[in-house]
Amino acid sequence: MRVTQVSVFLENRPGRLLYLLNILAEANVNLVAHNIVDASDFGIVHMLVDNPQRAVEAVRGAGLTCSTITVLAVEVPNEPGAFVERVLKPLAGAGINIEYSYAYSGHNDARIVLKVDDLDGGERSLAAGTA
Amino acid sequence: MIWNPERETMPRGELEALQIELLRQQLANVYERVPFYRQVLRSRGLRPENVRSLDDLRILPFTRKSDFRDNYPFGLLAVERRQLARIHASSGTTGKPTVVAYSRKDLETWREVCARNLAAGGVTADDTIQIAMGYGLFTGALGWHYGAETLGANVLPVSSGNTRRQIMLMQDLEPTVFCCTPSYAIYVAEQAEEMGVDLHATKLRVGIHGAEPWSEEMRREIQARLGVDPIDTYGLSEIMGPGVSGECTEHCGLHINEDHFLVEIVDPQTAEPLPYGQRGELVITTLTKEALPVIRYRTGDITRLDPTPCACGRALGRMERVSGRTDDMLIVRGVNVFPSQIESVLLQVEGVQPHYLILVDRERGAMDDLEIWVEVSEDIFTDDVGRLQKLQRAAEFEINELLGIGARVKLVEPGRIERSTGKAKRVIDRRDVYGGS
Repeated sequence: MRVTQVSVFLENRPGRLLYLLNILAEANVNLVAHNIVDASDFGIVHMLVDNPQRAVEAVRGAGLTCSTITVLAVEVPNEPGAFVERVLKPLAGAGINIEYSYAYSGHNDARIVLKVDDLDGGERSLAAGTA
Repeated sequence: MIWNPERETMPRGELEALQIELLRQQLANVYERVPFYRQVLRSRGLRPENVRSLDDLRILPFTRKSDFRDNYPFGLLAVERRQLARIHASSGTTGKPTVVAYSRKDLETWREVCARNLAAGGVTADDTIQIAMGYGLFTGALGWHYGAETLGANVLPVSSGNTRRQIMLMQDLEPTVFCCTPSYAIYVAEQAEEMGVDLHATKLRVGIHGAEPWSEEMRREIQARLGVDPIDTYGLSEIMGPGVSGECTEHCGLHINEDHFLVEIVDPQTAEPLPYGQRGELVITTLTKEALPVIRYRTGDITRLDPTPCACGRALGRMERVSGRTDDMLIVRGVNVFPSQIESVLLQVEGVQPHYLILVDRERGAMDDLEIWVEVSEDIFTDDVGRLQKLQRAAEFEINELLGIGARVKLVEPGRIERSTGKAKRVIDRRDVYGGS
């Protein structure tokens, strides 16, 4: 449920994302999911990767600024209502706020990444919800 | 018309005799009343009596901007607080402003020297002068305001901003003199053009400009676009405010009010006094200031002096238009900006000292633009975009609060700002304010 998310600061201009992803590719890091939050002049790229440690070393080695935080990753069935019933209702019920979220779906299931304001509480609510 | 012929046409010999007399009185005054100066003189084994001629000026220590900072706010006063009639403040090198103070007599002196400068620029009691400098703690607006009233002119205290309204008033109230920074004059010309207003059709004749450096090219542009005779003036609040020196209509240098301000040129590196005609740093000693007298103040402005009489009839020596600075101080929209101020704001807001770069630009006809690049290191970075934006906005807010002018803060990746092996290059000034001579 808990995963390490790697966040990287990039200027909002052409070529920066390419630069970052190139670094990861050369370090043999595989990107699992990503979400870019933009703020006019700059953006933050949130990423789930297969090897956070190697990713961080590579990114820092290339002179970029990054940080890691713990986020929640929940697996839910890939069907209508799953997000609502398995994730949103339990969290809202426990008064937990979602700071941001992104997701990807496969054939049968979907994986939802969440940054919440209460990690322990969030984990508990979601475990109860998916039970 | 010469406002004070007795003083302004005084032969050199008489003037110097007056200066040494006033200097000696001033030295005795500061030695007795200002602990800062007494201490500094004593530490060099000096007493006021040691100065017998103007040549002896060189044995006296310099006063710097940092002395104002270190003695903030009232440590340099030569009078009691209750004798003060006015306080003004301007940018300091860090968070605290530079505080300057005036007694009633100082205010009279200030009015007098400003009236002289206005008269030299061709302003008379029949004129109406629109003062488009910011009224408040800056010395510019109020200095010219009282100088103009002393001259007998009519004053329109519009202050800065609200340009469209200013242009409307120019047409309706028919001022004949426009007092503002040179870049604002250009900005007004641009706005007037956009409004379809022909400034040549107004009654404007004279432009009184100061508070920032400007080139001959800019003068020609102001003349062409506003239809005024643009007059260069010079001043600094540490000495008085406006009124230290100003051009006459001959446009061959700025007449210095030498009976109130004793000037020298020194080599900025060695501090050795330089002869007339050589460019160097302008150093000023106040001869008649009562509340805050200053001895050998290092202005940081580069110029040269000409003591010969002028075709206008004035014998007061002239200084060339300022051609540069000895330090990294910038003047943006008429406001002094020190990189160290930006540094202190960033440290306060970010909690750490980031790499930063100050970019100043001035698009054709626009006002100065100030942008600060801040490298986002891991100390500052957070995955929370809202926090980063807040940091950016807080920095912009604090810079505005400190300087009184707005700046854009742009967050950039680490390494974007060039590193140098020597002194860090913190400023890129794309304007050509001095006119590159």
